[in-house]
Amino acid sequence: MGKTLFDKIWEAHVVTQAEGGIEVLYIDRHLIHEVTSPQAFDGLRQRNIAVFRPRQTVATADHNVPTRDQHLPISEKLSRFQVEKLTENCAAFGVDLYGLGHPYQGIVHVIGPELGITQPGMTIVCGDSHTSTHGAFGCIAFGIGTSQVEQVLATQCLLQKRPKRMRITIDGQLQAGVLSKDIILYVISKLTASGGTGHFVEYAGSAIRSLSMEARMTICNMSIEMGARGGLIAPDETTFEYVRGREFAPKGAAFDAAVQYWRSLYSDDDAVFDTEYHYRAEDIEPMVTYGTNPGMGIGISQAVPASPETGSAQTYEKSLAYMGLQSGEHLAGKAVNYVFIGSCTNSRIEDLRIVADYVRGKQKASNVHAMIVPGSKQVEAQAKAEGLDAIFREAGFDFREPGCSACLGMNEDKIPAGEYCVSTSNRNFEGRQGPGARTILASPLMAAATAIAGRIVDVREFLN
Amino acid sequence: MKKFNTLISSAVPLPIEEVDTDQIIPARFLKATTREGFGDNLFCDWRYLPDGSPRPEFILNNPLYSGQILVAGRNFGCGSSREHAAWALADFGFLVVVSSFFADIFRGNALNNGLLPVQVSADFLHAIFSAIETNPKAAFEVDLERQTFTIISTGQSEHFEIDPYKKMCMINGYDDIDFLLSLKEKITAFEQTRLPKA
Repeated sequence: MGKTLFDKIWEAHVVTQAEGGIEVLYIDRHLIHEVTSPQAFDGLRQRNIAVFRPRQTVATADHNVPTRDQHLPISEKLSRFQVEKLTENCAAFGVDLYGLGHPYQGIVHVIGPELGITQPGMTIVCGDSHTSTHGAFGCIAFGIGTSQVEQVLATQCLLQKRPKRMRITIDGQLQAGVLSKDIILYVISKLTASGGTGHFVEYAGSAIRSLSMEARMTICNMSIEMGARGGLIAPDETTFEYVRGREFAPKGAAFDAAVQYWRSLYSDDDAVFDTEYHYRAEDIEPMVTYGTNPGMGIGISQAVPASPETGSAQTYEKSLAYMGLQSGEHLAGKAVNYVFIGSCTNSRIEDLRIVADYVRGKQKASNVHAMIVPGSKQVEAQAKAEGLDAIFREAGFDFREPGCSACLGMNEDKIPAGEYCVSTSNRNFEGRQGPGARTILASPLMAAATAIAGRIVDVREFLN
Repeated sequence: MKKFNTLISSAVPLPIEEVDTDQIIPARFLKATTREGFGDNLFCDWRYLPDGSPRPEFILNNPLYSGQILVAGRNFGCGSSREHAAWALADFGFLVVVSSFFADIFRGNALNNGLLPVQVSADFLHAIFSAIETNPKAAFEVDLERQTFTIISTGQSEHFEIDPYKKMCMINGYDDIDFLLSLKEKITAFEQTRLPKA
């Protein structure tokens, strides 16, 4: 029987079998940030042990950093302390840090790929659930807790039970105005927020193959939002061309040898998946969420469903009450005062170009506060080099410095209570963007169109 | 890690589904650099009003309910990988969380902190909620060795699954890291077999 892409990579990383089907999985690359690592370093200190392979861990500061005046000391005391702690820990344990002020600083899942740290066939972990992003390169990449961060620092390994394999195939051609963000919101709306639990997902099909690396990252990024540990896409020419020449990618003959290996990373024709789903790209509309988990999404032409297809009525009603929405209501036309463009889901240069193309020569609606937060210093620099920052400014958008920002509201970038925010981020949980904030997840194009109109629109009606 | 074997306790009911880790501990409380003290902010935005006073209707503020077991709706712990969610529940005093479905990362984080996730059938979860509704002080028995959860008042009992390795760790108070550190020679040998190095 053939093997899945997932099994090929997994089996190449099993150090040994432990009891009860548990495997010791070797981790090629470990990414850390300020929020989920301090307790892990303290654990090493208590045991008096070093980081086992410090060259295989890379650190950045992203979750907790301000997105203005990054050249100044962080004004919020606890945030500053946490970022300083990361700096101390990296220095003490010999880990490379791309902290504030470094030209490589940025959201951990943006910098890994853009620096070529992320490469096909690797195992990659990080104390952050959106580590699934890196699966876009044909990696096994997944989020871990802090106890596991400590394990990887100490041994470069994790104890893991092999998950089930799922394949989601999307064939066909996307409509104009529909982006990869809409694909993944559509899939999650079909599978629910728990439909992928226990699985690793491979995304396949002609619609996936035609996507750029950045668009693929958006899809893999949100695998966790249906409960899956991770998602991955078989590497192809698009992948190799993206990786080629990046800072930490292999060079010359080493790159050619690597590509030869990467070409073997695909699911065999007779590979068997535990679960399979098929969707048609043509069926996917621009998506918006209406509830308080990412499974609660609808096409922009649809109304908020009357009752939950799965789950309890009590939870559903609680969710709609929080959002101030009612069954049967359409989101199109709804006034929105906040737009957030950013996060590890949609803050890469292509996302910014899509927004700039749409808003060029237009002006945001007067009721809207529109914030654009680039994913990294490199994205920020590229945007400036292309003059996108000027386009954003002229359209009345607030172009910030990189970080996780209003995706999770750990820093001061919060949405006020009761306000709607059309957001390109990944989670519409209660209070995610600030206590009482009401998040509507959407693509960068839908977010841009909302900012210009001052209300939610079907962006397809505004395309030339 | 603390050892866990058996527990007899009343339980706190939270009959809400899809409880994500942002609800268990909102991100703005993740700035601490130790594992302690997160219990004060457990379920903060459900538990307290914006002015900091307790929301009377939230279950943790109702003196009728107490105990070291939290019983919650399906897909408990979805979302962010923050281990702070498990720390907050344990710091508050919970030893067991019961649900009909757990998110993967939360389940692992709980087990790594001596907080036992007990997954029961939807029907049995309903029976547990009913028992608490009948008597808020209803007692339950968790027996990890036998892998059973029992409603003492009715005698109803259900077997729950747990990975044999994690069960051994919980009963003996072992951490994964102890085991992994014992494998360092094997790990080094494995690294040397990997050419070209990925």
